[in-house]
Amino acid sequence: MSTLTLSKAINSGLRRAMDDDPKVVLLGEDIGKLGGVFRVTDGLQKDFGAHRVIDTPLAEAGIIGTAVGLAYRGYRPVCEIQFDGFIYPGFDQIVSQVAKLHYRTRGAVKMPITIRVPFGGGIGAVEHHSESPEAYFAHTAGLRVISCSNPQDAHLMIRQAIACDDPVLFFEPKRRYWTKADVDESLALDSFPMGSARIAAAGTDATLVAYGPLVQTALDAATAAADEGISLEVIDLRSLSPIDFDTVEASVRRTGRLVVTHEAQQSFGIGAEIAASITERCFYHLEAAPERVTGFDVPYPPAKLEEHYLPDLDRILDAVDRVMGRPNSLSGQGL
Amino acid sequence: MTAPGEKAHPEEAKLLQLLDADGRRVPDPELERWVEDVSTDQLGALYEDMAIARRIDVEATALQRQGELGLWPPLLGQEASQIGSARALREDDFVFSSYRENGVAYCRGVGFEDILRVWRGNSGSGWDPYSINMATPQIIIGAQTLHATGYALGCQQDGVDSAAIAYFGDGATSEGDVNEAMVFAASFQAPVIFFCQNNQWAISEPVGLQARRPIAGRAPGFGIPSLRVDGNDVLAVLAATRIALDRARSGGGPTFIEAVTYRVGPHTTSDDPTRYEDSNQREDWVRRDPLARVEAHLAAAGFFSDGFRDGVKAKADDAAARLRAGCHSLKDPEPMTVFEHVYSSPHPALERQRARYTQYLATIEGGNR
Repeated sequence: MSTLTLSKAINSGLRRAMDDDPKVVLLGEDIGKLGGVFRVTDGLQKDFGAHRVIDTPLAEAGIIGTAVGLAYRGYRPVCEIQFDGFIYPGFDQIVSQVAKLHYRTRGAVKMPITIRVPFGGGIGAVEHHSESPEAYFAHTAGLRVISCSNPQDAHLMIRQAIACDDPVLFFEPKRRYWTKADVDESLALDSFPMGSARIAAAGTDATLVAYGPLVQTALDAATAAADEGISLEVIDLRSLSPIDFDTVEASVRRTGRLVVTHEAQQSFGIGAEIAASITERCFYHLEAAPERVTGFDVPYPPAKLEEHYLPDLDRILDAVDRVMGRPNSLSGQGL
Repeated sequence: MTAPGEKAHPEEAKLLQLLDADGRRVPDPELERWVEDVSTDQLGALYEDMAIARRIDVEATALQRQGELGLWPPLLGQEASQIGSARALREDDFVFSSYRENGVAYCRGVGFEDILRVWRGNSGSGWDPYSINMATPQIIIGAQTLHATGYALGCQQDGVDSAAIAYFGDGATSEGDVNEAMVFAASFQAPVIFFCQNNQWAISEPVGLQARRPIAGRAPGFGIPSLRVDGNDVLAVLAATRIALDRARSGGGPTFIEAVTYRVGPHTTSDDPTRYEDSNQREDWVRRDPLARVEAHLAAAGFFSDGFRDGVKAKADDAAARLRAGCHSLKDPEPMTVFEHVYSSPHPALERQRARYTQYLATIEGGNR
């Protein structure tokens, strides 16, 4: 057991995956000597060589597209997209090639590509550095999309992603990179199945679903709610495609109430999918309409405005009050 | 000789040629040493390949017109570019092509029914790419150039002397992917060949819209040596591709080849070139036909006998018959296969949809609706 930041936990997971399989190669901008702008690949080029930790030209379609060719050749490329908002030049290669090649070739060609994406806001960054584009990819057939929230999961999940024969979008909560926790690097890769959610805190009154950077916010909200006598069950989804609806459904059947939170814009997002699916699955167990606490349907705002955009503890508790039928910001409006 | 389509390119680059439009050998000591070993017999074999590719193409167009295929992208006019380059390759080289390289696929040994699977709407891919070392043809313009570059990087890492070749058209050279591929290939000296068939058209857009200067002139700016070859001269294309392969195998990195040719047919069977093509331009190019010049050359060498001609025709007709039979042998896919191979292991959301659709179909088949 060692105490690691989330960033270091991913680093040790990458190192382990590279040790285990010589076909694992890393591609990205500034991932070599610099170790990545967030230092996630720190030291890996020195230890594994420039042929396995490849500083690429500055071109995201190039990174993803060459990874496709490497995968054709039997490699397991791990691509780093430097920031969430930089992924769009690579979008066509991800959606039209990476996601579809296995289907197109009737299973003959596997695309075991991992695409790492630092995502989300809260670090006071300039435009294009704080986005949450995960729904685009969860909407795309053929991709698996996961997001870690803590160092232990980060270490295991990056290894699971690399071991997976399908392409995986691996969303890293950049404002939690420096979160420290004990990490047991000896845990088996199948300690939990990739795609399974985790009950981060057990509760009985309402189910609060989060992933990535907002899991900690949700846990803080649960602690605050407990002070008011409300017991929140916090679910860390870990996976956005597939979503572990069985775990969410079982929880909502117990609590009768659902709140989903994410940083990404609300409309057509992960929260919408969860609200719809849970309503389909356990309509008669719901005591209130599901609530979404999300970013607004605006481009990610300038740093001085991001506190108004990002869901925080108070906005989550306001939604909890709503599903609990307690006084809240919308009380008296017939909502 | 000036090719008609080059009028858009006044600053013309040298066009490599070994057989002119009348089938006369053009002396080029630098180029011809790469095809010294090609005997008249072997030139005859290249002719036969081109004739079969053309016959397959004509048959597939007919199958489309008869309602057997949804669409077909003719290669008519581009036989020399495809056969000359494909016959330079080794089995362990890997091809990343666009949708028009059915002549290349033929050279790689693809099954006849497999050529048509995609165009009949039965499958997203005609063949297992690893069975003939040729990727599923790419429909997104230019995307495969990056795949070829990545594959070539893999060859380099594996320490083998195999190469990758990317086929694309003049239109693709405007795409970002192609330019990124050249940057990556140059930076890492990847053993990849960028084989651009400049067939003068991107559907209705003439090459002058994509490039104000000869396309081959771009590659040196990326640090990639380039060759501009008469794409209707099978011998020159073979030589150019051998030069590029030799460079790739010996650690010399990528090469760009512009094969200057002409799309004599429509973009696809859905296209109508009468809306945009000058028929005089097409006639000019038809006079530069890739088969006719080899035929003239072989005839002058006393090789193009009636027996040879009949033999080629019989093989081409046989290929066409097998193509047609292969087309008819393709059975419609089973409905539930729509769910197959999206992922390599089950995905719960999709499994739920599959289970429900199975139930739904059962209610129809059970006569309950």
